[in-house]
Amino acid sequence: MKAAVIRFPGSNCDQDCYYALKHTFGIETEYVWHKEASVEQFDLIVLPGGFSYGDYLRCGAIARFSPVMRSVAIEAERGKLVLGICNGFQILCEARLLPGALIRNRSLHFICEHLHTRIENMETAFSHTEVTKADGKLLTARTGLLLRMPVAHGEGNYTADEATLRELNRNQQIVLRYTDARGAVTDEANPNGSKENIAGIVNRAGNVFGLMPHPERACDPLLGSEDGKLIIQSVIESAGRKTKVSSPISKRS
Amino acid sequence: MKPGAGGFSLEAMKAKVTVMPKKSVLDPQGVAVRDAMRHHGLPDVTSVRIGKFMEIDIDGADEAKLHEICRDLLSNPVIEDYELQVEA
Repeated sequence: MKAAVIRFPGSNCDQDCYYALKHTFGIETEYVWHKEASVEQFDLIVLPGGFSYGDYLRCGAIARFSPVMRSVAIEAERGKLVLGICNGFQILCEARLLPGALIRNRSLHFICEHLHTRIENMETAFSHTEVTKADGKLLTARTGLLLRMPVAHGEGNYTADEATLRELNRNQQIVLRYTDARGAVTDEANPNGSKENIAGIVNRAGNVFGLMPHPERACDPLLGSEDGKLIIQSVIESAGRKTKVSSPISKRS
Repeated sequence: MKPGAGGFSLEAMKAKVTVMPKKSVLDPQGVAVRDAMRHHGLPDVTSVRIGKFMEIDIDGADEAKLHEICRDLLSNPVIEDYELQVEA
């Protein structure tokens, strides 16, 4: 089981992703520069947050044409797990590996805070498992479970046409929605104007996941939340299963 | 004029690309600017849409290729429409 963290010029959450995978979960992890031709040797591909190419033109619009993205698309097609966080989500949408697009926040403000999201589908490769928190409490995936994770973005306003939204709902591709602290999907709890409070979606095949919240920054009580562990642990277990390697379990749980 | 790939001379051209958010897509910048214009003494402004304008200098214009690039790179068809104008 080997994970890749892709680095684009302007990525700035690459070290957070690397730290979470390698040090919190003990997974063999490597940085992959965007000019590399292949990510074939990896079981999990992570596109981290940041401001690739300065967000010029549109967020992710230029990164999408980086040499490595050709290989990411091929591996995604083959069913390999791809996780795009924040700018990574934007790049996956620009690359058409996920439907829809992320536009400027409704408020025009850059938002940077911890928010609640609700698991809408606990069957995906990214939202199915159970983790133990530092205080010994279990966090078990179920539809309706709230995860508190940080967001930090100016363009997180998920948009898609009506047909695409219907399709996402019908295929249960919506994995996370923004909610209030009680788990209600309300307009007040929508931080950026996303259609239907969407915070994270998977592709039709279920192996490509993009989300605006940062699970990698919510894997340690020191960071104010450990809820992101559920997502990282889920994807690690799923990737391990696909490669038929016994899934490495968190060293510290 | 300078020699092109096939020995043909390529004329200096200008391509002008306008990219606008689709009507169906919320344009938060446009809304903010509309409101600011109203506060600046133009209460009758009903709508502002903000897009991008790109001026491209190019020796010889392959219009089909330019359209392809407009669609794949310069605009995102999920949220935007573009217009391409090529001038000598």
